[in-house]
Amino acid sequence: MKYLNEYRDAGLVKNLARKIREITTRKWVIMEICGGQTHTIMKYGLEEILPAELIIVHGPGCPVCVTSLEMIDKAIQISRRENVILTSFGDMLRVPGSKEDLLSVKAAGADVRMVYSPMDALSLAEKNPDKKVVFFAIGFETTAPANAMSVKEAKRRGISNFSILSSHVLVPPAIEAILSSKNTRVQGFLAAGHVCTVMGYEEYLPLAEKFRVPIVVTGFEPVDILEGIYLAVKQLEEDRFEVENQYSRVVRKEGNIPAQKLLKDVFVTIDRKWRGIGTIPQSGYGLNPVYADYDAEKLFDVSGLNLMESPDCIAGEVLQGLKKPYDCQLFGKNCSPEHPVGAPMVSSEGACAAYYRYGKKILQHNS
Amino acid sequence: MNKKSLDAIAGGLACPIPISEYEKILLAHGGGGTLSHQLIQKMFFSQLDNPLLNAGHDGAIFKITGSKMAFSTDSYVVRPIFFPGGDIGELAVNGTVNDLAMCGAKPLYLSLGFIIEEGLPMEDLWKIVQSISQTAKDCGVEVVTGDTKVVDRGKGDKIFINTSGVGVVYDGVDVSPQRIMVGDKIILSGKIAEHGIAILSAREEFDFETDVKSDTAPLNGLVESIIEVCPEIHVMRDPTRGGVSSALNEIAESANLGIYIEEDTISIADPIRAICEILGLDPLYIANEGKLLAIIPQNKATAVLNVMQSHRYGRNSRIIGEVTQDNPGKVIMKTSIGSHRIVDMLSGEQLPRIC
Repeated sequence: MKYLNEYRDAGLVKNLARKIREITTRKWVIMEICGGQTHTIMKYGLEEILPAELIIVHGPGCPVCVTSLEMIDKAIQISRRENVILTSFGDMLRVPGSKEDLLSVKAAGADVRMVYSPMDALSLAEKNPDKKVVFFAIGFETTAPANAMSVKEAKRRGISNFSILSSHVLVPPAIEAILSSKNTRVQGFLAAGHVCTVMGYEEYLPLAEKFRVPIVVTGFEPVDILEGIYLAVKQLEEDRFEVENQYSRVVRKEGNIPAQKLLKDVFVTIDRKWRGIGTIPQSGYGLNPVYADYDAEKLFDVSGLNLMESPDCIAGEVLQGLKKPYDCQLFGKNCSPEHPVGAPMVSSEGACAAYYRYGKKILQHNS
Repeated sequence: MNKKSLDAIAGGLACPIPISEYEKILLAHGGGGTLSHQLIQKMFFSQLDNPLLNAGHDGAIFKITGSKMAFSTDSYVVRPIFFPGGDIGELAVNGTVNDLAMCGAKPLYLSLGFIIEEGLPMEDLWKIVQSISQTAKDCGVEVVTGDTKVVDRGKGDKIFINTSGVGVVYDGVDVSPQRIMVGDKIILSGKIAEHGIAILSAREEFDFETDVKSDTAPLNGLVESIIEVCPEIHVMRDPTRGGVSSALNEIAESANLGIYIEEDTISIADPIRAICEILGLDPLYIANEGKLLAIIPQNKATAVLNVMQSHRYGRNSRIIGEVTQDNPGKVIMKTSIGSHRIVDMLSGEQLPRIC
């Protein structure tokens, strides 16, 4: 298939793997930010072809995984209200809140529906004028413009029974939080290509400078990821710390300006609690008060929740690159995609689920 | 089903609907009285006509010759009931016929149970019955007993169908995962993931413009030709819900041997691959309704592959891998870039209600 096969080419992959081996002289720890990248690394077994000195750790870039228990419980509470249709992306429905997930609330009679786009939720609101349709808006800067568009459209078309529960999170504050942690071992980053498609990468320049880490904007196919790793290792070996753009076929330095304008119009930056990590200042999008009529948190009173994570789950450390999923005593025993304890085991982009599905306890095939 | 009959169904009713006084199914059509009787006689018996059914007993009475029988059942709840490439009726016949064929049996007789939601357009039922009748003829099986129930509006979803079937196992054939051996070859009979994606793209919530069709097809003919050249075949499995990965995982687990496959040998049509990429679905986990996996002793692999490729439902057959001593109970795939990964069992549902 065009525009995909080129980036999954076995020859190119082998060549890049060889180039990485040639320049790697010592141990380096590199974090890929995005869950889509984690998924590709595991699905294509990329760690198998990388030099043993390179340690790839998986960042907090799976939106389902970092959505706090409070937000999930808020969504559950809202879905139980009279005349509400709660909509979200499929993975979100399976994430356990403090007691249950949205799918079990659905089974108990709540009207919870999976949609593929916030605009579908908006049409649902239009078709069901006597219901309140709430879209559980999760994701990073990538999904935010579409969600912002749904709110703007609702206002423009006068659809008053539509609202969103905004749980948006932002990448740069998360990188800052990881690098500011005393225990951090991350020395270089692969930034998330699609986040940068929207936002550009100028905001990463001060981070690279301040923490002296290379940041490479990277795509999602095997060739992209290996090239991203190559560029990051090359910088580390040469003691450089710059922002480079591997994903130049999609990402421009300034990003997508109309999308950024839309985000500025609909959202404001707020402090956000991340599952397993805690509150990171100015790391999320809440609705601009101008759009308060579309803000589910304001329309439904769901405040006052403060919940504790399972004490044995090490999701927070996994998401900060401090530990690998295998290091968790629950992994594959009490925690599996069928019975997730922590959110990274739920989404296919979650590090724990990717390890469970593609890696488990690894292979000894000799062919 | 042959092309002509498909066109006949797709292009309109092959013959006029025999019940004209009711446009929709009523509760009374399942109540056991006159309306039930009329429905069964005019709509079902007229189409499914055969001596065992026509005898009109509470059940069918027949003789079986052969040493071993296979018996299987499956229920069909697919939404939408008419989809690109087929409908729930065709699926219900092919599905049970294929389950019997996978046991190494020649399918003979089917039962047919309808659970119909009040209000189903009579015309829809008529299309489904005609499709069942045509598919059964194409498969060479007879529907010999049946049942119809009607449930209140809102208590079903248009129509659910259960079919059970019996067949006679071919002489000398003994398919079971315990018989697979290290070195056995694994053959896949064609391109994967077509049924699941056809159903998905037919759902109203998707606006895909695609001509992807379900691959629903009877596999008993293909199985017969495989068995002719290789009666010692070890395992056959049709990778329906859960797709190729779940079928292979089940086999590896029951045999306690490893399965090694190569990604590059698994054929997927471009439109299917594209939809899977967009939605983040893995084609290995998506349902097929007209494909089979055969695990064949190494020395017979070429002969079996040849007969499969010359059959209309096996033209794109390929050897996709082999049985290994390593990694018992697991399926390992060599990826297109040359690395290896585990292909795990599907966890949860990738897509709701596809068959």
